[in-house]
Amino acid sequence: MNAPLGSLDRPNSYIGRSVPRPNAKRLLAGRGRYVTDLVLPRMLHAAFLRSPYAHARIASIDTEAARAMPGVRLVATGADLAGLCTPWTGTLDHFKGMKSAPQLPLPLEEVLWSGQAVVAVVADSRAQAEDAAEAILVEFEELPPVTDIDAARTPGADRAASGIEDNLCFRTRLDTGGLDAIFAGAAHVVEEEFHFGRHTAVTLEPRAILADWDAGEGKLTVHHATQTPYQFQDLYSRHFGIAEASVRVIAPDIGGSFGMKLHVYHEDMAVIGLALMCRRPVKYVADRMESFVSDIHARDHRVRARMAVDAEGTILAMDVDDVTAIGAFSTYPRTSAVEGNQVVRLMGAPYRFRNYRAELSVVFQNKVQTSQYRAVGHPVACAVTERMVDLAAARAGLDPVAMREKNLIPDEAYPCDSPTGYKFEALSHQACLAKLKALIEYDALRAEQAALRARGIHRGIGIASFVEISNPSPAFYGIGGARISAQDGATLSITPSGEVRCLISVTEQGQGTETIIGQIVADQLGVAREKVRVVTGDTETTPHGGATWACRGAGIGGETALQAARRLRDNVLALAAAILQASPGQLDLRDGRIVDAMGGAERISLAEVARIAYFRSDTLPPDTNAQLSITHHYAPQGYPFAFTNGVQGCHVELDTDTGLVKILRHWVVEDCGRIINPLLVDEQVRGGVVQGLGAAFFEECRYDAGGQLTNGSLADYLVPMACEMPDIVVGHVETPTADTVLGAKGCGEAGTAAASAAALNAVNDAMAPLGGRIAQIPMTPARLLKSLGKI
Amino acid sequence: MKARAFDYARPASVAEALTAFEQADGDASYIAGGQSLVPALALRLQAPARLVDIAHIAELRGIAVEEGWLRLGALTRHVELHDHPLVATHAPLLALAAPHVAHPAIRNRGTLGGSVALADPAAEFPAMLLAMDAEMEITGPEGSRRVPAGDFFQDLYQTALEPGELLVALHIPAAGPGHRCAFDEIARRRGDYALAGCGVMLTMPGDIVDEARIACLAVGSTPLRARAAEAALIGRRLDPDSIRKAQSALADDLDPPDDAEVPAAMRLHLARVLLGRLLGGMAEAA
Repeated sequence: MNAPLGSLDRPNSYIGRSVPRPNAKRLLAGRGRYVTDLVLPRMLHAAFLRSPYAHARIASIDTEAARAMPGVRLVATGADLAGLCTPWTGTLDHFKGMKSAPQLPLPLEEVLWSGQAVVAVVADSRAQAEDAAEAILVEFEELPPVTDIDAARTPGADRAASGIEDNLCFRTRLDTGGLDAIFAGAAHVVEEEFHFGRHTAVTLEPRAILADWDAGEGKLTVHHATQTPYQFQDLYSRHFGIAEASVRVIAPDIGGSFGMKLHVYHEDMAVIGLALMCRRPVKYVADRMESFVSDIHARDHRVRARMAVDAEGTILAMDVDDVTAIGAFSTYPRTSAVEGNQVVRLMGAPYRFRNYRAELSVVFQNKVQTSQYRAVGHPVACAVTERMVDLAAARAGLDPVAMREKNLIPDEAYPCDSPTGYKFEALSHQACLAKLKALIEYDALRAEQAALRARGIHRGIGIASFVEISNPSPAFYGIGGARISAQDGATLSITPSGEVRCLISVTEQGQGTETIIGQIVADQLGVAREKVRVVTGDTETTPHGGATWACRGAGIGGETALQAARRLRDNVLALAAAILQASPGQLDLRDGRIVDAMGGAERISLAEVARIAYFRSDTLPPDTNAQLSITHHYAPQGYPFAFTNGVQGCHVELDTDTGLVKILRHWVVEDCGRIINPLLVDEQVRGGVVQGLGAAFFEECRYDAGGQLTNGSLADYLVPMACEMPDIVVGHVETPTADTVLGAKGCGEAGTAAASAAALNAVNDAMAPLGGRIAQIPMTPARLLKSLGKI
Repeated sequence: MKARAFDYARPASVAEALTAFEQADGDASYIAGGQSLVPALALRLQAPARLVDIAHIAELRGIAVEEGWLRLGALTRHVELHDHPLVATHAPLLALAAPHVAHPAIRNRGTLGGSVALADPAAEFPAMLLAMDAEMEITGPEGSRRVPAGDFFQDLYQTALEPGELLVALHIPAAGPGHRCAFDEIARRRGDYALAGCGVMLTMPGDIVDEARIACLAVGSTPLRARAAEAALIGRRLDPDSIRKAQSALADDLDPPDDAEVPAAMRLHLARVLLGRLLGGMAEAA
């Protein structure tokens, strides 16, 4: 066990290997168990009557007819539930001056977006609940909807919610000073106004919850399609006044989450209340139409940006103004201000310039609330920065790659910090760019582009460097007062047969968390991977932890597993030494056997050690207490975040007559530190790229001026499909973080972070000879035809 | 969402189907492939008291050529239009359009009659039937009749079908080797409803266009015949000038809907681009 991590020539050397996911076969065989699949005795179903208006006062609610409908067990209004659940407010203390109206499961007097749940019906079947919901009469008095970010901020503007004094949720400014003089003296200044559409996660499995209140025991069990069961255990406990240890949250198989399933949703809180009132299990599964009007949305930013460069093309400064539209209140408990905050703090992050000014305004609207979704803020910051770099390169007469080579932070310059205060331990922008340039055969591709242009074929090449935030410390939420853990915990046991159980707080939503945890435990303990069973997603059995978000599963969860496995290994060796009358230092655990550390001769099997410990402790030396289970916690120390980095390339062909873009190929070179499973890292990157390309070309929640979502179905909201997606080539540079033994950083958001930026640059590159220019995503055919002057 | 409860009937003949419909006092829907109706039921956009399932009625099936007409039973699946040799020979526009209709799973279930009866203006088959001067065979309590495609599609989702009437078959004047056909459409993603679509059928003995039929989809409240564009071609060579004139004439033929996402001008532009590309390709092949 003295070989370095990542060395693949040891027995059980799983770290760094592309092993398949143990759960893949089960899920493919249709044996997954999602919340939707669960059926409990006496289970009822909930449905909701939703507001047809973006903003209205509730004048009256008449539920009498609905209560008399077949199968109906309960009809509950906001007032009925308000007595059971304390209100919540989506603010964090470290966002100074942030405000938001308090929220309840269902509204009392005012609806704040079209699609907001207003009245709940519980019935024997979902169909019956929906029948009854249609029979509820609600009298709404329409109020003016707030749907425009500029009008919302004018003095005396209509307010998105009556509980706030104006529509500004949060504002922050960053300024390193002297920007006006730098811009005034710069050889070149480029500027652009960017628009980033709203989009949403569109998980294959929608939100789902099944709440079961055992009144006899005073115990609440919630089967919940979430990525953060501990956060919800805490919230259900505190808002419903149930002891924490009496709340059990189980997250079974989850069909995708992407950040969308870690927020508090009104329906979910209502369902807990309904289960308490009915004293029977109550299930609610959002259908696709409900998902579009109640799952969090993301992005929706307008960014005005300027960049100053000197005559040689060295970037001097950036100046940005970001206005982002959220819902009528900020999401709880992680807020709707994190995305904007990350936009203004990640801007320009890969580059050397030191002068920066930014203003962020987070504005309330009568629309679905926005919040954290895969790559929070990154795609906006990256697209703005990278487009400005391309514009500046063109002005300075530099090739886009040469411009980046000139301005990226050199790989030997670390550690360093960004003008916005982020601290970078060790990044590899230059190495990644060099590798990308070779991968895409950049010079040949440019030559081909020129030749094709002469024939009227318009192809474009886009490059985008990025950083990604991973492994967050308590600096993310803890310091803001949110009870969201930055640490993770694992309980490891040797079973009587010498197998291993690992109960860990990081969770699985399809990305392979359980696979990599199993790899790490088997590798570090010295057993075959098949002997390790990983259990996640149950607050009753696994230690409390942060679970899965912000790319923390591998870096923090993985380090927790590594340290836990090493401690357990020490215990095993100490026990084996007692049995063998040897010294622990002379022994090693390899492939399930205790061997001589020198020479490797087998002394005793792990199974035999376990048998003796559990069944024949009488044969052990006096005072030997076998500790074959350990619980271990790990919280990130050192840098507040482990930043990762990389660069993406996108190659597109633009049909200048139709505005359709064919994405020919996409490349990513990324550095997530230690790679635990190359297969899973590549698939994370590819999936992330697809979501980024979806944002770039297809996905947009479109609202009309009245606050109505006009494309809330999968027929009208276009998600990227396999036919339109290119081959995605993934390369790696590995710079492990020195903050942990494992050295892993996150990789789940890298693909999404820069794919839309690379695509934006590629399309602009294709249009450049035609005089077209676009700074809005998604880049729809209509927008491209307009920018080409065709319509 | 879950559909409202409904009563279900599965008649074995057209006569039984008409009776089953009538017994529901007008509050019924025929269902065959269900590819549009089932989602509409689930969304509660439609909630008939009774579904009359016509999918098992043998007389609604069959593909045959009789006296110069190709007869397609209303239950003909999209996939059959794609695969059947008689369709390829005598109604090539349907075969060319078929791969653009949604996705294979939908084409395996969806029926031609269902697509025609629904009359979605963005659907491919109704427009192609219009181009081919097809006739719709309709049976109802009052007897049977044949309605030309030009009279059948009346407005957005409005057809000549009266409540309770059943579309039995489609009759298409059989095309021959002298007909040249082309179809294409522009969609954001493969299988999506098109932003604009166009089918062209020409007869060109020699190098002069003798007969031209052009129909467009997704550019009006019904499938539209582009008569002005047709006129711009008839009696002329298929060359850049006549093609340009046909493209230009589309402004008189089409009435595209205007919305924020796809402005009317864009649909017209796309239809022109499509027509130009289709005719250009046909000129090259000539």
